[in-house]
Amino acid sequence: MFGLKADWSLEVFERYFTLGNYAGGEARWCPGCGDLGVLNTVHRVMRDAQMLPEKSVVVSGIGCSSRLPHYVGTYGLHGLHGRALPLANGVKSRRPDLDVWVGTGDGDCFSIGAGHWIHAVRYNMDMVVLIFDNGIYGLTKKQTSPTTPIGASTNTHPTGAFLPPLNPLTITLGITNVSFVAQVPDWNPPLLYETIKAAHQHKGTGFVRILQRCPVFSPDFCKPYQENPEQMLLLTHENGIPMDPGVKRLFPEHQEHDPQNWVEAMELARDQVKLPVGLLYYDPDAAVYNDQSAQGLDTTNEEKLTALNAALDRFAI
Amino acid sequence: MATPTGTETASVIEGGFKQPVQLDEHIIEIVSDSGEGAQKCGQTFGSISGKMGNGVWTVEIIPAEIQPPARSPAGASGIRIRLGCRYMTNMGDEADLAVAFNEQVLYSRIANGAYKEGTIVLLENKWATDPQEEIREAYATAVGEFRNNGLIVHELPMEEECLKLTSNPRKGKNMFALGMLAQIYARDVDKCLAEIAQTFSRKGDKVIQANQDLFNAGCAFAAEQIEYHFRVPPYTTDMSKPTIITSGNQAVGLGVMAAGMELVSMYPITPATSASHYVAEVFQNVGGFIHQAEDEIAAISFAIGASYAGKTACTITSGPGVALKTEMIGLAVMAEIPLVIVDVQRGGPATGLPTKVEQADLLSAIYGAPGDAPKVVIAAATIEECLHFVILARKLAEAFRTPVILLTDANLATGVQPYPRPQIKEEWFTAPVDRSAWDEHVPPYDWDPETGLSPRPIPGQRNGEYVLTGLSHTRRSKVAYDSDTNQVTHKMRSRKLAALLKTLKPPKVHGDDEGDLLVVGWGSTMGAIEEAIDHLREDGKRVSYLHLRFLSPLEPGLKEIFSRFKKVMTVEINYSDDLKDPLIDEESRRYAQLAILLRAKTLVDVDCWSVVYGHPLQPGMIYKVISDRLKKQNN
Repeated sequence: MFGLKADWSLEVFERYFTLGNYAGGEARWCPGCGDLGVLNTVHRVMRDAQMLPEKSVVVSGIGCSSRLPHYVGTYGLHGLHGRALPLANGVKSRRPDLDVWVGTGDGDCFSIGAGHWIHAVRYNMDMVVLIFDNGIYGLTKKQTSPTTPIGASTNTHPTGAFLPPLNPLTITLGITNVSFVAQVPDWNPPLLYETIKAAHQHKGTGFVRILQRCPVFSPDFCKPYQENPEQMLLLTHENGIPMDPGVKRLFPEHQEHDPQNWVEAMELARDQVKLPVGLLYYDPDAAVYNDQSAQGLDTTNEEKLTALNAALDRFAI
Repeated sequence: MATPTGTETASVIEGGFKQPVQLDEHIIEIVSDSGEGAQKCGQTFGSISGKMGNGVWTVEIIPAEIQPPARSPAGASGIRIRLGCRYMTNMGDEADLAVAFNEQVLYSRIANGAYKEGTIVLLENKWATDPQEEIREAYATAVGEFRNNGLIVHELPMEEECLKLTSNPRKGKNMFALGMLAQIYARDVDKCLAEIAQTFSRKGDKVIQANQDLFNAGCAFAAEQIEYHFRVPPYTTDMSKPTIITSGNQAVGLGVMAAGMELVSMYPITPATSASHYVAEVFQNVGGFIHQAEDEIAAISFAIGASYAGKTACTITSGPGVALKTEMIGLAVMAEIPLVIVDVQRGGPATGLPTKVEQADLLSAIYGAPGDAPKVVIAAATIEECLHFVILARKLAEAFRTPVILLTDANLATGVQPYPRPQIKEEWFTAPVDRSAWDEHVPPYDWDPETGLSPRPIPGQRNGEYVLTGLSHTRRSKVAYDSDTNQVTHKMRSRKLAALLKTLKPPKVHGDDEGDLLVVGWGSTMGAIEEAIDHLREDGKRVSYLHLRFLSPLEPGLKEIFSRFKKVMTVEINYSDDLKDPLIDEESRRYAQLAILLRAKTLVDVDCWSVVYGHPLQPGMIYKVISDRLKKQNN
C-alpha cells in the first residue's frame, strides 16, 4: 500500500460501527431495571465484534425482556409469547450468515415456551439466548413465574407461591446436546460482558441465565445475592469466562470448575445454598442443527429442474 | 351407474363367463384387516391402470388405529379403485367387485352402502375350516347373509395358494390378490412386475422376487379358476402427452418443490403427514430442508422465522394443527410475512375422524383468529390442483405479503389420479434473497394507499433494519397504540384482499348460465357434484354447478350469477341442521359453512345440503338429493 511498510499492521475499516450504530429506540424499562444493563452489554458486545447491523437479528417473545429488539438498531423480530426460540431457529435455518440473538424471560421461556426451550437447546443452533430471569411476570404486573421463590407474594398467589421454584440450570444441563450454559447477575457489568461475549463466540446455542433485578415487582428476587455475595459461587477456569482480579474480588466464594465436566456442573447447578456464577458447561463438539438445515443453499436452478424432473419421472405414465 | 352385465352366475369356479365383458367403468375394493397390505395392492393396481391409459380414482379405507382387532368390522382397512374409459374425478357409488381377506370387514363396507345387489365378492375361504368353532360359524352366517342381500360371493382358497410360496401369507396375500385382479382386468403383466419392483425397491431383490412370484401365482390361479373377464378400455387417445399419477399429498409435495420453496416445517398429523413424507424423500435433491418441529406452534414459528429471513416457507398440517397455529397465523397477518399453510382437512371437532374426509375448516381458516386477520384462503378441487395451488399460494403470499391457507382434504390427500405432467419452469421458483441495499427513505411498511401493498426488507439488506412486531405498528414498524394508526393499518391489510379480488375473474358455471337450481361447492367434492349434475342434465333438469376456488377473498360476480337461477344451494361435507329435525326451523337452523359465507356475501337465500359421514360424497347420493330438492321446488 502507498508508502506503508508491508509488515505494518494497519487494520482499515471500510465501515466502522460505534455503539450508536447498534442503538435502537429509547428503552422504556423502569428506572433501576436490570434489563438496561443487559441492553448496554449487548450493544458493546456487538460493537466490539463489529457485527454488521444488517446481518444481525434480535428475536424475542413477549414480556419486559422481549422489548429488547426494539432497543437494538439491527433487524429484529418481536414475536409471540413463548415463541422466541422457534422463530429464531427458523431465522437461522436457511440464513446461517445471520447473527441471531434471542431475548426471553422466565415466563416466556420457562413457562409458556417451555417445550421450545427443551428442543431449542437440543437443536443447538448457533445463536445467543439471553434469559432475563427476574422471578416474576412484570409486563402483566406481578404474577407468579416458574422461578418465583416459594412463599413470595404475587397477585396470583397473594399468600405466597406454593411450589418450590423451577431450576432452569439443571433442566438445561439435562437436555441432550446442550453445549453452553452460563449464569450471571446483571449487576456486574464486566462479568456480564465477558459471559455474553463468550456465548456469542460459541458456535451453538449460548444459553445465559441472567439474574435480573425487577425493582418494581420482585425486588427481593436478587436482593439476597446483592447483599450477601458469599451466597454466590464464582466459577473459575482457564476454559471458563475470562475475568480480571477486580471482578474476582467482588465474589468471596470461588471454585475452580472445568466447564467440560458435566457431572460437576450438574452438582453446582443443584446447589440450593450457593448460586453458581460463570460458565457451568461447555461442549464445543455438540451437533449444530443449522449445519444440517442450511444444506443445499447453493443448489442452482438447473440442478433443481433436473431433480424435479427426476421426481416427476417416478410418477410418469 | 354402470353395472356389469351377466354377473348372475353363482360360482366362478364352476364357470362365470368366458367372453370378456366390455365396460365403461368398474369400481373395485380390496378390504382386509389392517396390516395385510390391501392398500398397497390397490395403489399398485390403480397406478398400473393409470399407466395403461384408464381414468383412475383411488380412495383409501383407513381404520383410525394401526392394529385394530383382527376380523372386526371396525378394523376394515382397504382401498377402492374406480377405473374407467374417461377421466375419473371421484370415488363413484357402489363397488362392482370386492376382494376380501375375511368376511367381518365386509360388514362395515355394507353398512357404509359400498355394495349393491350384484356386487361380486371374492372372499378368502380359510375361515370356513378355522379350528375355532365361533369363527367357522360367523363365517358361514356372514356368507349366507351376504348372499341373501344379493352379493355374489365366491369363496376362494387365497391363503392356501399363497402358502405354496410363502410361510407368511399375511404379508403376501395382497400381491396374490393383485395377480388375480390383473388377470380379471387383463392388466399388462410387464407393467405390473415393474410396478412391484418399484414398490419394493427399497427392500431388495429377494423381496421383489418373492412378491412377483406371488403376483404370478395370483394371475395363474385366476386364469385357471376365475372366469370373469372385464375390459375397461383406455380413454387417453394421445398416449404421447406426458402424464403423471400421484396422490394429492404427493402433489402438494411436488408443488412445494416446483414453487422453489426450500423449507417445510411440520409436525406429524393425519392425514397431512404423508405429504411431508414425500417431501422428506426427495427434498434434498432440490436443496430443500424439512424440519420436524416439537409441536405445531413451533412448526409454524420456525416457518415464519425462515420467511421473515427471506425464504418463504411452508407448513403442512390438518385442522387441529391449524387451530394450534392460529395465533402465529395472526402474527404473519399483522406483520405481513409471506407464508404457505396447507390444511389437509379431516373430520372434527377435536380429534374427530382423523383419517376421514370433511370440509369443516373453511370458516376457521378465514375467520379463526383473534382480531381481524384478513388472509388469502384457496381450496384445491383436484389432485392436479394440489400441485399447482401450492405454487399459486407461494406467489400470492409474496405478492400480497400475507399468509395463504391452501385447503385440501383427506379425500384428495389419499386419492390417486393421473393428470398432465407439469412442465416446470424456472420462473415458478421463488426469487433469490435480495441482498442489495435498501433505500433508507422507504419504510418497512410502505403501504400503497390504493392497494395496501408494500415491499419488504430482508435481513442482510443494509439500511433496511426494522423490528417486526405483532403489536400495532406504524409504517416504520414502530409500536403505536394510537387510534389512527390502528384504524389505518387495519385498512391497509384488509385492502390487500380487495386488490387481489380485482385481479380475479368471475367463476365459470358448469352447465347453463341460468336455470331452476344452481349448486355451489368447493374443494374435493367438485368431481362427484359435476358427475351428478351431468346426470341430472341428461335427465332434462335445469340445474348447473358453480365451483369456488378462492374463498378469501370470495370470487367476484357471485350475486349476478345467482340472480339467474331460481334457487341456489351448496353441497358440502360439513355439518348443517336438517329442517326435518326436532327444534330445527329457519330461526334455529345452522347452515353449512360455504352457505353461511355466500348468504352473508350476496344476501341471496342460499340453501344447503351437507353431511359428515366421513366419506367422500358420491354422485348417486348427490343426484338423489338434488332430484328431491328440484321436485319440492317445482311443487
